Amino acid sequence: MKFDLVIIGAGPAGLAAARAAIRAAHRTGQSVAVIDDNPAAGGQIWRGSPQIPLPAEVRFFSQTRVFDLRPGFVVETDSQGSIEASKLILATGARELFLPFPGWTSPGVFGAGGLQALVKSGLPVKGKRVVVAGSGPLLLAVAAALRKEGARVVGVAEQAALGRILPFLRRYPAKWPQALGLRARLLGVRCWNGVWPVRFEGGVVSLSTGKKVSVDYLACGFGLVPNTEAAQLLGCRLDDGFVAVNSRQETTVPGVYCAGEPTGIGGLDKALEEGERAGAAATGQPIVRGRTHSGAFVRDLAAAFQLDARLIDLAEPGTMVCRCEDVTRETLQGYRQWREAKLLTRCGMGPCQGRICGPITNCLFGWTAGSVRPPLVPVAAGRMAKTDT
Amino acid sequence: MIKIRCDGREISVREGTSVAAALLGEGNLELRRSATGAARGPLCGMGVCMECRVTIDGEAHRLACQTLCVAGMDVKTL
Repeated sequence: MKFDLVIIGAGPAGLAAARAAIRAAHRTGQSVAVIDDNPAAGGQIWRGSPQIPLPAEVRFFSQTRVFDLRPGFVVETDSQGSIEASKLILATGARELFLPFPGWTSPGVFGAGGLQALVKSGLPVKGKRVVVAGSGPLLLAVAAALRKEGARVVGVAEQAALGRILPFLRRYPAKWPQALGLRARLLGVRCWNGVWPVRFEGGVVSLSTGKKVSVDYLACGFGLVPNTEAAQLLGCRLDDGFVAVNSRQETTVPGVYCAGEPTGIGGLDKALEEGERAGAAATGQPIVRGRTHSGAFVRDLAAAFQLDARLIDLAEPGTMVCRCEDVTRETLQGYRQWREAKLLTRCGMGPCQGRICGPITNCLFGWTAGSVRPPLVPVAAGRMAKTDT
Repeated sequence: MIKIRCDGREISVREGTSVAAALLGEGNLELRRSATGAARGPLCGMGVCMECRVTIDGEAHRLACQTLCVAGMDVKTL
């Protein structure tokens, strides 16, 4: 299979890119495909009910995981074989940052976005007692969504102090309606700032204030981590952990574009704007100028929700850091870099390929991932054997 | 509503429900055992953490959070 343009990711950025690309494809006859690992388009934010429909002319490969990318370009997938592409748009989104605390591996502890994703995929939460915790604008959105589904949101614990968030809001009045709207939907729900969970045991969340809350679910995520692995595998340069792009969303590798969270955590509006630009640029259309969601917004957002230094002390010596291989904090103490720790403790060598513990070891020990190698995701050995590298 | 089997028990779910949501909805918080035998359940809900791996129709290591329930599906946890 060969396409002029392959877009990886069917979230807001990927769908905006597809919509823009198809405008040109009508004239030029360029072929466009979109690949996503979920059962339906929409990404996490629109899960299953995208506000930008997938254009009918686009070939959509759902439940398809990309495990390798090679120059030229060849996209190796688990279920659709090799897909060739003249140009690539990476719209791979972000995942949640988890920080270990005693009990975080217990069933019943989810990511904040994680629990929301499960609810959107059919989990009933009516009457369930939930604490939403961690950090970022996502927390209020998750709490409001859970409440709408009938959950009893017992409290929302945001680790960032109000003194950090308010200056951010003052600077971006455009975000007021959204923030106030969410607060209005959470009337009567306790929202704490500068508070975080310190332990989860037997269905009880202990908060940093000393308060103990009995819950059915704890939904806890400490912000977002960009999915940059595909870009790294292709050799795209990263700046400060994000994929470097120019005003046309071009990465440092010719023919590879990137849009949305991998270029900077900035949310929906930024993803839509960048997706539109990438789709237009990749199909030779003029670009709408002006980056309204600039680097300043990305930096201000990160500063407003900067993690409290005390969070890295929550993990006790026996607390798991790597959930796949069950490697504790104590086991990792004393290693200087991730590579060394990986080889000697198997930290980051399990099925998630370090997606969860990599960012954790970065927060706890300052380790960085180094190079990215295929396979990006676990894949059957028989499928890997069929690729001609 | 469609019916699937979970560890030998029949459960009914709405069409479009993921296997992870179906299992959690039945109170099955624990889907697998970790490398050292600890109980684990879904974490990320979006195909990243791999904690929701179950056996579906005899195929091991399927991600419950990214698989939709299909009538007659046989799911085994742990």
